[in-house]
Amino acid sequence: MAQIFHHSTNLISRLSIYGSVFILGLLGYALYEIGMSPYYTNVNVAREQPVPFSHKHHVGELGLDCRYCHTSVENSSFAGVPPTQTCMTCHSQIWTNAAMLEPVRASYRDDKSISWTRVNALPDFVYFDHSIHVNKGVGCTTCHGAVAEMPLTWRAQTLYMSWCLDCHRAPEKYVRPRSEVFNPVYTAPANQIQLGMKLVEEYRIQRLTNCSTCHR
Amino acid sequence: MSADPNSKLPNSVDLESLRAKLAEGNGKRFWQSLEELSETKEYREFLENEFPANAESHAEGINRREILKLAAASAALAGLSACTKLPTEKIVPYVKPPEEIIPGRPLFYATSMPLAGVATGLLVESQMGRPTKVEGNPEHPGSLGGTDIFAQASVLTLYDPDRSQTVMLEGRISSWGAFVTAMGNARVQLAPKGTGLRILTETVTSPSLAAQIRGLLAEFPEAKWLQYEPCGRDNEREGARLAFGRPVNTVYRFDKADVIVSLDSDFLSSGPGHVRYAREFSSRRAMQGPSSQLNRLYVVESMPTNTGAIADHRWPRAGHAVRPIAYALASAVGVPGLNSEVIKHTDWAEWLPMVARDLERHRGSCLVVAGEQQPPLVHALAHAMNAALGNVGKTVYYTEPLEAIPVNQIESLRDLVNDLNGGKVEALVILGGNPVYDAPADFEFGPALLKAKLRVHSGLYYDETGELCHWHVNAAHFLEAWSDARAYDGTIGIIQPLITPIYDGHSAHEIVAVLAGQAGKVGHDLVRDYWKTQRPEKDKAFDAFWETSLHDGFMARTALPEISIAPHPDIAKGETRIEISRDPMAMEIVYRLDPAVFDGRFANNGWLQELPKPITKLTWDNAAMMSAATAQKHGVATGDYVKLGMATRETKAGVIVVPGHADGSVTLHLGYGRRRAGNVGTGTGFNANFIRTSTAPWIAGGLRVEKTGDKYYFAVTQHQYSIDLQGHPAEQESVEAFRRDLVRVATLEEFRKDPNFAKLPEEEATKGLTLYPGFKYEGYSWGMAIDLNRCVGCNACVIACQSENNIPVVGKEQVMRGRAMHWIRVDTYFRGALENPETYYEPVLCMHCENAPCEVVCPVGATTHSPEGLNEMTYNRCVGTRYCSNNCPYKVRRFNFLLFSDWKTPSLYGLRNPNVTVRSRGVMEKCTYCVQRINAAKIRSEEENREVRDGEIVTACQAACPAEAIVFGNINDPNSRVAKLKAQSRNYSLLDDLNTRPRTTYLARVRNPNPDIRE
Repeated sequence: MAQIFHHSTNLISRLSIYGSVFILGLLGYALYEIGMSPYYTNVNVAREQPVPFSHKHHVGELGLDCRYCHTSVENSSFAGVPPTQTCMTCHSQIWTNAAMLEPVRASYRDDKSISWTRVNALPDFVYFDHSIHVNKGVGCTTCHGAVAEMPLTWRAQTLYMSWCLDCHRAPEKYVRPRSEVFNPVYTAPANQIQLGMKLVEEYRIQRLTNCSTCHR
Repeated sequence: MSADPNSKLPNSVDLESLRAKLAEGNGKRFWQSLEELSETKEYREFLENEFPANAESHAEGINRREILKLAAASAALAGLSACTKLPTEKIVPYVKPPEEIIPGRPLFYATSMPLAGVATGLLVESQMGRPTKVEGNPEHPGSLGGTDIFAQASVLTLYDPDRSQTVMLEGRISSWGAFVTAMGNARVQLAPKGTGLRILTETVTSPSLAAQIRGLLAEFPEAKWLQYEPCGRDNEREGARLAFGRPVNTVYRFDKADVIVSLDSDFLSSGPGHVRYAREFSSRRAMQGPSSQLNRLYVVESMPTNTGAIADHRWPRAGHAVRPIAYALASAVGVPGLNSEVIKHTDWAEWLPMVARDLERHRGSCLVVAGEQQPPLVHALAHAMNAALGNVGKTVYYTEPLEAIPVNQIESLRDLVNDLNGGKVEALVILGGNPVYDAPADFEFGPALLKAKLRVHSGLYYDETGELCHWHVNAAHFLEAWSDARAYDGTIGIIQPLITPIYDGHSAHEIVAVLAGQAGKVGHDLVRDYWKTQRPEKDKAFDAFWETSLHDGFMARTALPEISIAPHPDIAKGETRIEISRDPMAMEIVYRLDPAVFDGRFANNGWLQELPKPITKLTWDNAAMMSAATAQKHGVATGDYVKLGMATRETKAGVIVVPGHADGSVTLHLGYGRRRAGNVGTGTGFNANFIRTSTAPWIAGGLRVEKTGDKYYFAVTQHQYSIDLQGHPAEQESVEAFRRDLVRVATLEEFRKDPNFAKLPEEEATKGLTLYPGFKYEGYSWGMAIDLNRCVGCNACVIACQSENNIPVVGKEQVMRGRAMHWIRVDTYFRGALENPETYYEPVLCMHCENAPCEVVCPVGATTHSPEGLNEMTYNRCVGTRYCSNNCPYKVRRFNFLLFSDWKTPSLYGLRNPNVTVRSRGVMEKCTYCVQRINAAKIRSEEENREVRDGEIVTACQAACPAEAIVFGNINDPNSRVAKLKAQSRNYSLLDDLNTRPRTTYLARVRNPNPDIRE
């Protein structure tokens, strides 16, 4: 009986064996790249908002403190998104006729909340607490990036678990003095590790990596 | 009837062999159920398989096509589910932020829950305006920080999607405005005297509501105010009338009582003040060591209750037999004017004189309590005994009644029915209650009601009564409305709303205001303005008083003052013949309030429906409960469907044989067989009100029990999750099973002789044996101690856990498959004879073993150990292999076989605790020691740069426990309460020889029986 396959097909089968390893590897790499891409993570993607609020202007140029709007960041899990009233403290005085601010005025007038698009979101099975991080010397910009330079706000980090653990395993790489936590233009000193080790001790920072720290 | 053909029949067990078996071990053996004793196949399956019915979830069978569909779907889901992109979320901040709310931090408000008119003080957790969790108010005299199941479950009723959501007019949707107009017209017609106006309320202790109704009656002098609810406590009131000539309120001080006799009273779990009483009672069961003193409790009752279970001596007696016992006891303790011959009756000669002697030895520090089911004479005799024993003013005192107008409620309702039938009722306004369902059968209330020309009903549900009325007004839940109510001692609690009425409901105050022509006045003003006229404080001082009272939840120093009152010397004058019926065929029926759904008002509450009831562990049903001998006499067994006949009336019910039930008596709980309860409650159980009559509303003779030949399937959790003490039968030969009872008990005498009785030498020998160096727990080390001496089996922990941890309800069929999701269960163990076993409760939750067997078998690391000793469950990692629950010797893990959490009903979103994940299908879950509370406390302490204080973390079960039986804390701190408890000699672990090193340990029970009484 004649061979079904010509012997040249051996090469194809051999190549496909090596090829499958290569293809699987490529597929894995592609998935990883997709997973890390802005498409998937929304990192560096400026999100459209009902009012084009600029942190760059308010924080970078005017020098508003983070806590002026995000009032509960020091004592609650949730940092707080400012109520319309907070916007109106200034904007009932300045830029009172700006078309851009009409949704804010409408909200205040009609007693209807502004529906902002969430920029930094965690899955529902993750329980993150702002207050403890801020109290232990984790600066706002460590996670939220250079907010003072964002005309529209974007996510600065992936917020993946590996990213969380990076700091939870070695907090000395990121912590800063409590006085600098809300400094929007803070740059880590050259001796960060040294300073970090000192702060870890001083602030009693723990290296919490067990599951129920965040999942419950 | 359950439609599940797959579940196994509840076996009829052979009683003779059971008795023989129980006699074998000198009565020292603990057992959980009759099925266990008879070693039925069903029981073995539950023992060996945690979820024996899991292969049968496709009852209709499955075909090839479906398998292919499922395979394709699961392949697609497996591939894709990991690739979902996080959805875009919206943040919707306030326009103007309300004061005090910090987003993400809960607030607590004080309020009160009225039940049968009596208030229990609560602190309700509010998550950004949503009430989510109920705790007790530590400063409220009726709570002292504890709660009961009804308070814990009240939030579910608040969000119940089946609640009445709108005003109805003759079955069509109407509006509040239309109702107000209609009532305005009715006022014109009723003017000037209000002839034919009837107002029917439940028990009213609210001074402000009573004042409103009185005002209305002043305007319409011919109108009448009537009160009725099944739990109306008529016997207690009539008993006081018999003893004192007028109704009074009786307040007990169980903390001062060394010896307590309960005459069919379940004072630990029902009646006014039961939460407080559980605290007081259990405080006398706390032990520091062998030298501690214990109180002693004697109980005579027909149906075993929580109070009977914790008693040192319990005698099961039919309901009607308690009266002669009360008489004999009264005579024995020297109540004047009684026949002393009765003491020698053979039925009680062996123990009653000893009980009497014990009482007399503790003059002024003993207490006799009569139960609501018992006739007025028993109550009067209890009053007389307390007076004769010098207890009044010490362990018991009297005040003016709590009710604004104390009336005999059955007579009140009879009055109404007569007027209805006489055509005298122009307008009937029913404020709360459901008399069409729960009025005595002989009143024929439904047909009578239709004779009223204008019928108005207000209630939480559009129920049996609502549908027969012209107008139905959706009532506001107590968490939505302003009101006030008295606690068991008369303290006035303020009921303040946690949320504006979700369905725009209206309170009784507002409806009465409409009737009184004050439409538009809101509940807050009605209540506050009333108190403004009543209080001595004026203007600013009143404002301050009001604010303080709101903050505290009650008005300080408003408890009713003690009154000095003595019983008549001739209360039992007419009782010349006190004897027990000797007719062996005489059967009685005893009606009781259901321990879960009460009188039916909570029938649509899934948490309460699915709560395994004390002793029977029955869920989703009531049953004709009877003793083994009674069942045998009628040729029936558990699961038989019988006809219960009383004179010309009958109802049907399934039978459950209850160990320790009195012979010659059948107990049928009220609150079931609802026709219009809602999606949850409709059609569950059997309606006792079909045969319950006004002449004998609690205990009635002449019951007929007839077998129908049909079977009824109950969902009983008693032997589900049973812990296998014997191992597999095949291994029994090789493995020498020593006695490692899960409940450990000694009498006070035995305890004093051997303080280490709870520690077994076999277990001590293997303790700490390991090849590996142990993990060193530094810093915090969480642990729990449960004092079995204090636990009263009230189940508040179970519902509290369900509420705190978003635990779903699974339904009757799933419970039958062993899939109830409770993270904490209260195991019931019996010891001794079938007729009157000792009963022991043991709350079992995750043991948080240091060497946890579940952790090592998880293939995906979803269950792990924290450095603080928590056995953690990470839902988002869990793939549902169920290896962990297979390997858990304590059977505390629960698996979401189906999507049990309700993700669809919007009203239930508000109920959820935002700090706990709502689990999905295919995920294992279990007790976390309320890790969300631990984390919150740790974060707070870290921010304040200090250690977590002892008592700062209170788990949900611990917080709810009225008996303070559960203590949680840091066992590394030798001064913590939990460490001190664990240091006691009574401390032991379950299955210690497995070397799992549980963090949850138990303090053994110590009984204090009277050494003079031999049983």
